[in-house]
Amino acid sequence: MTNSPSTAPLLDVRNLSVQFTTRGGTVTVLDDISFTLERGERISFVGESGCGKSMTALALMGLLPAMGRVSGGQVLFKGEDLTTASPARLRRLRGNEISMIFQEPMTSLNPVFTIGQQISEVLRLHRGVDNAEARDRSVELLQAVRIPDAAARVDDYPHQLSGGQRQRVMIAIALACEPEILIADEPTTALDVTVQAEIFALLRDLGAKLDTAIILITHDMGAVAQMSERMLVMYAGRRVEEGQVANVIKAPAHPYTRGLIACVPHITSDVGALVDTLPEIDGIVPPITRFGRDECLFAPRCAKAADECWSAKPQQSDIAGHSSHSVSCWHPFGTEGSR
Amino acid sequence: MKPAADSAPRRGAEIVDKAQHPLREMVVIFLANRAAMVASIVLSIVVLAAIFGPMLHPVDPFEMVWAPFTPPGQDGFVLGTDYLGRDMLAALLNGGRVSLTIGLVAALMSVFIGISFGALAGFYRGLVEEVLMRITEFFQVLPTLLFSMVIVALFGASLEVVTIAIGVVSWTAVARITRAEFLRIRELEYVTASRAAGASNVTLMTRVILPNALPPIIVQAALMVGSAILFEAGLAFLGLSDPNVVSWGQIIGSNRPYILDAGFTVTIPGLAIFVTVLSISLIGDGLNDALNPKLRAR
Amino acid sequence: MNFLRQTAVRLGYAIALLLAVVVLNFVLIHIAPGDIADTIAGDMGGATEEVMAKIRADYGLDKPFIVQLGLYMGNVVRFDFGYSFFFNTPVTSLIAERLPATLLLVFSAQLLALVVGVVLGVISAQRPNGMLSHFVTLLALFGYSAPVFWTGIMLLIGLSLMLPLFPVAGMVDARLMDAPMWRQYLDVLHHLLLPALTLASIFLALYSRLCRASMLEVLGADYIRTARAKGLTEREIVYKHALKNSLGPVVTLAGLQFSAVVSGAVLVETVFSWPGLGTLALQSILARDTPTILGILFFSALVVIVGNLLTDLVLRLIDPRIRSGGG
Repeated sequence: MTNSPSTAPLLDVRNLSVQFTTRGGTVTVLDDISFTLERGERISFVGESGCGKSMTALALMGLLPAMGRVSGGQVLFKGEDLTTASPARLRRLRGNEISMIFQEPMTSLNPVFTIGQQISEVLRLHRGVDNAEARDRSVELLQAVRIPDAAARVDDYPHQLSGGQRQRVMIAIALACEPEILIADEPTTALDVTVQAEIFALLRDLGAKLDTAIILITHDMGAVAQMSERMLVMYAGRRVEEGQVANVIKAPAHPYTRGLIACVPHITSDVGALVDTLPEIDGIVPPITRFGRDECLFAPRCAKAADECWSAKPQQSDIAGHSSHSVSCWHPFGTEGSR
Repeated sequence: MKPAADSAPRRGAEIVDKAQHPLREMVVIFLANRAAMVASIVLSIVVLAAIFGPMLHPVDPFEMVWAPFTPPGQDGFVLGTDYLGRDMLAALLNGGRVSLTIGLVAALMSVFIGISFGALAGFYRGLVEEVLMRITEFFQVLPTLLFSMVIVALFGASLEVVTIAIGVVSWTAVARITRAEFLRIRELEYVTASRAAGASNVTLMTRVILPNALPPIIVQAALMVGSAILFEAGLAFLGLSDPNVVSWGQIIGSNRPYILDAGFTVTIPGLAIFVTVLSISLIGDGLNDALNPKLRAR
Repeated sequence: MNFLRQTAVRLGYAIALLLAVVVLNFVLIHIAPGDIADTIAGDMGGATEEVMAKIRADYGLDKPFIVQLGLYMGNVVRFDFGYSFFFNTPVTSLIAERLPATLLLVFSAQLLALVVGVVLGVISAQRPNGMLSHFVTLLALFGYSAPVFWTGIMLLIGLSLMLPLFPVAGMVDARLMDAPMWRQYLDVLHHLLLPALTLASIFLALYSRLCRASMLEVLGADYIRTARAKGLTEREIVYKHALKNSLGPVVTLAGLQFSAVVSGAVLVETVFSWPGLGTLALQSILARDTPTILGILFFSALVVIVGNLLTDLVLRLIDPRIRSGGG
């Protein structure tokens, strides 16, 4: 991956590792994650539950749970290392320059405050506007996220809105201060399929208008295709593949990525095509106590596993012929190095 | 860990916890609760003292045996004497029998009434539930002590009347819990399955639903023994308990005018009540942790 | 308006409850052996059958039960609770004299228990394994397990007798009858503190534990995570976002406890010679003074019902979901 030396990326994550301290010992949850994000860029983190994609987002925001801590690496946001920033500094960034929306819109809004109050709160906090102006801005934001009859609904309580509408309110709150980065952690998983497309469209439009970079966290390959230009595949706390969405989907280099894409047969072919058996990836994710070991964690499920896969953690290598497509595998698929 | 070079892909190691028998799990959690264990020991001591104490120390608590207000430890009286010169230790031991017995029986009565109301209401729903719940709310609104006082005053202050007076007003909490559990459980699949297999309503209520509803009821029942003891103590303190027997509350009540001269006559029986009810509360807490794990699907 | 209709329903329901209380007590009192005539006869040192019959006729006790009940209910509706044979005063004025003292005790005890309980609960929820949290657990157990009259006596011994910080009995210092009003108010407060504290001790325990549990649950909720992601300080998160959501269960519990508070008040009033309905109740029960007993039962049930209604009101203020009947 090359960056032009004169413009540093908006977000530069270098060798980020996160550990949890539990009663049973220390567990590595994220192992040596690196990626960059440019202004206005849209990237997706993909992987199964438990692979660490949400944890990466929480680590960026400084919202790791009490038992977690960054054990290595740096998170450079506009040149500033967030892993060493003070809690006060992080608070000033949250909701302001880096925002996040979560998976459960039904429970992510405080039931005892109106949606207007909850949007105004973030405006008053970071922009110092007064009540009247905050309220006007809230109405504008509700209109921007396409809530009908915004002026009347601004005084509604969350329970008076549907799931899709609540998620739009969450987006309004997240984008109120025009952040540089928006992290969306499985924003549509809990919503109807019909609503999903609308939410994604909204995120794309608003993101483009505000020049906000979007990190989409998802396990849904279809969402990846809709929402992002680049994708990063994660497995067992590690990054296994990264590249332009079109490239990765057309020619996945890592066996795991290949498996993921095979699970969505119509992603590259006909939606209506008949399939005899549903493809799956054999086996299950290793227990979290095995994370971080010096071996390829996918080996137990990999048809191509060989001796070196069991004895050393795979190194990152670029795929020749595809710009900025890289993979961490001893025997990736592709034009060279495959068996 | 390495497979043979050309073997098929291994299945991921599957770690399956050996399923613990639920009863064993409950006991383990309870025993691990230190407070509950200490409380159990203390309560056992109290109960044993109440059962065997009067036999081992056969002094009549009503008999005047020495000078009044003898401090504890003096003249061979471990706990001293009260305002009439009666042996405090004997009073305490005999009082324990009365307080504990009334507490237990009254609690059992309340639990029985409460379960009946709650089960019928939760199972049959509709009009039955409406009526039963109205009655429950009625008893909730009634100040329980006042009502019991009235009952005792009207029907005489004997052990039986006092026990009934307490049991008849304290059941609303059990009824509420039972009804809630019945409402929840009756929707579960194994109930529908039993019904489809032809079980009668009575069987469903008593053999299918009730055993599964028991955990929170048991916890409440344990706590109710404690509150029944406190209740009886209150009545006795006011002079409304059986005058022919000694009970802890009664000792406090009759010695109250003399707290300036002999505070110990009031402090000691109070401590007895306190320690007993505290132990019961701690055991109740322990039972709650053991029987109602947060993991249980709600 | 939905709210008005709901309130009207609740009020109507409350009244029905009260009347049911009256009927029940009336029934009970008339089932029991013996009546006021026996008591009076006892006082007189014995009486002949004719005298007893005359007493009964005088007090209307010879009429059929239903008639007596009907007459009584009719009077109750007009706020006439009859005449106390024992005290020689109309029941209504007896109660009017004593009710304010009990109201003061009951509501200040609940308020004290709620405020202190919530504060303790909130603080200990932020450090669930800290010293304060353990203290709260201990306090809860002690307050709940000690007989309230014993707690009162212990406090009396400690803070009135050994250390003369508080008055020993009663509600007012008679010597201050001509003092300025503010001094009289302070005096009442001074007398109120120990009894209110005693009565509150039981419930403070319950409320602080529940508040802590409620706060802990709320602090784990998704919308708190959202609040953190917005960049709010811990302080704002706890006291603005979390607290309002945690109060619901505590207030609900407080409402349910009113009947227990009134019961406890009877005992506390006895210990501190507080001139309320409790002490009146004991006297009239021992004297078999039926009209007074009925009146007291009615008004104490009324206190509980009013307490419940107030609680409902407060709950509506806190939780908007209740207002529109949705969730």
